[in-house]
Amino acid sequence: MFEEYNPLKNKIFRIIDNDGKVINKKYMPEVEDTTIVKAYKDMLFARTADLLTVNYQRQGRIFTYPPNYGQEAISGAVAQIIGKEDWLVPAFRELGTWLAKGVTLKEIFLYYMGNEDACKFEGATNTVPFAVPIASQLLHATGIGYEIKLNKKKQVVFTFVGDGGTSEGDFHEAVNFAGVWKVPVIFIVQNNQYGISTPTSVQTASQSIAIKSVAYGIRGIQVDGNDFFAMYAAVKESYKIAMENGEPVLIEAVTYRKGPHTTSDDPTKYRTKEEEEKWDATDPMRRLKAFMESKKIFDFDEEKLIADYRKEVDRQFVAAENYSAYPVEDVFKYQYVEMPEDLKEQQRKYEKYLAWKATAVK
Amino acid sequence: MKIMNLVNAINNALDIKLKEDKRVLVYGQDVGVEGGVFRVTEGLQLKHGKERVFDSPLAESGIVGTAVGMTMAGLRPVVEMQFSGFVYPAFNQIISHVARMHNRSRGRYPMSMVIRMPYGGGINALEHHSESFEAAFAHIPGLKVVIPSTPHDAKGLLISAIESPDPIIFMEPKRIYRAIKQEVNEDKYNVPIGKAAVLQQGTDVTVVAYGAMIREVQKAIVLAKQAGISVELIDLRTIYPMDKETILNSVRKTGRIITVTEGVRSFGVASEISQVVSEEAFLSLEAPPKRVTGFDTIVPLPKGEFHYLQDAHKIFYEIEQTVKF
Ligand SMILES: Cc1ncc(C[n+]2csc(CCOP(=O)(O)OP(=O)(O)O)c2C)c(N)n1
Repeated sequence: MFEEYNPLKNKIFRIIDNDGKVINKKYMPEVEDTTIVKAYKDMLFARTADLLTVNYQRQGRIFTYPPNYGQEAISGAVAQIIGKEDWLVPAFRELGTWLAKGVTLKEIFLYYMGNEDACKFEGATNTVPFAVPIASQLLHATGIGYEIKLNKKKQVVFTFVGDGGTSEGDFHEAVNFAGVWKVPVIFIVQNNQYGISTPTSVQTASQSIAIKSVAYGIRGIQVDGNDFFAMYAAVKESYKIAMENGEPVLIEAVTYRKGPHTTSDDPTKYRTKEEEEKWDATDPMRRLKAFMESKKIFDFDEEKLIADYRKEVDRQFVAAENYSAYPVEDVFKYQYVEMPEDLKEQQRKYEKYLAWKATAVK
Repeated sequence: MKIMNLVNAINNALDIKLKEDKRVLVYGQDVGVEGGVFRVTEGLQLKHGKERVFDSPLAESGIVGTAVGMTMAGLRPVVEMQFSGFVYPAFNQIISHVARMHNRSRGRYPMSMVIRMPYGGGINALEHHSESFEAAFAHIPGLKVVIPSTPHDAKGLLISAIESPDPIIFMEPKRIYRAIKQEVNEDKYNVPIGKAAVLQQGTDVTVVAYGAMIREVQKAIVLAKQAGISVELIDLRTIYPMDKETILNSVRKTGRIITVTEGVRSFGVASEISQVVSEEAFLSLEAPPKRVTGFDTIVPLPKGEFHYLQDAHKIFYEIEQTVKF
């Protein structure tokens, strides 16, 4: 696969077309029907959560949120492959992968409501907090990969970044280090065509993002990120390489952010309806569904499922809303393992002030 | 005259300088087509063209480093960091080159450039979008650090910044970007860098603040007045070089001083002011100089941020304590 789709050939790896028809039999991965159904349901759950969250934001119940809408196949594929012991070093637009690791929607909502407790990720093994400074997390993935190699563990690191993030120096350093050290890291670049308002053409003059892997001496591939099977096949093969050879891989997943950058962004400022419609034809869920229908494995009531999912999303949202208030000590107690005396004093003074305020301010 | 908020005033200053000085360029993430995530540069690309107002790749070090080169070659870049919390990839360029090139080249390459960035808390934002790190910049020899608190000052200070031969870190209190409106002269004018403004005369205590904290102090002054305390309010406007004279003159009159900043407590701007006053006006002091600041912690996410922020009550509390001392 990696020879045939060497990024120098400038070929995108695709398996099904926009109508869900297999156009690349050679690479059609073997996937159990039950896995395909599960993947579709995972994607549907993520999409349902996304769309509802945008509503919550409009109602003023959550501050901001970066929707994954349109990019579900990428995490939908990773979710079927990433294992319990594998590491996830996330950016912020791979909802399905977090859920697969055991992060809960409640935690994700709590994060975007503004509470650090969200990042405890209590049910998720080997999952680190969201990284807001673009691309900075990629180096952490490489560092974790080094530990895996050093201690001869059977683990793979999954890390994510957007197309915009590939402009940061950290991206290049992370991929270069991973190449030099030969560590089992899968770098997934979600090329959703924009970094906020900036198109990928302003980020790089390279013919693809995948081609950057060539310069760093690692395997890379450009994949149709809206094609579940292409993503599945590419991630599966990358996983094998990472696990068996302990080597890094760069996957450029070409997709489209159908929604705004975050709930505070207005895409009409920088892109056209025609463009949105053109990409809409590649919608990952519609394609997977068409495939499933042709194979007669779309055997569930989707409307009912969505209704159930909405209830579940809402339940978790309300649970996040009902999370306890932010105690004073939480401002202070995590800053250091060994809290400096002066910081303790700052906390005491603040508590004294609060006591004053409680009596002096009506 | 025209009613402007801070966003309009900064946009107007950029527009004026782009028009009058062909060496001026404006670039950064999303500043061109979109006009910036806060719309500060809106319309400038249409007016001045894609070669002078443009989107850059997503790389802060790249933005500042290329601006260093442009400046050496004779241009006058005004670059934007989308949020001050994302300036850190550019710290190497700022500390190692922007701040040192003039000295290193023995005066041959002055760094006449401006690095603009929105900063500060109180907007219910994600991590890294709420910090106030002006003290870190002020601690770097070679930089001048400017923070306006009104549309009028924002415009005049930015024009002075662009005309300054020295590099200016221009920090914009995003919390009040649209909160304060006033009549602003549409023509070009300068507000001098390095000069504080006495916003209100008073006799009992001097309060020094800047940026979004001015408004909070003004609310505290109302409470102080009810308690019979007369406050003199100084808007610092430039963090470095600090207008010591205005501060010292005020303290010699009031005998008490409190500095209010959004940033971290230790090693901050408030600590610096307290020390300057202790050294140079010790005999005028009737109470220890005080700081109303954030804690030595990160700014908590929105649910906990109120603990960290300075508000009228926190400021009034310290005013009362200081006057009672
Ligand atoms: C170092 C840094 N600079 C700027 C930002 C502000 N910012 C947040 S998201 C974003 C665009 C990211 O684009 P991309 O990497 O393509 O990912 P996408 O949002 O499209 O998933 C920017 C500029 C940031 N978070 N971190």
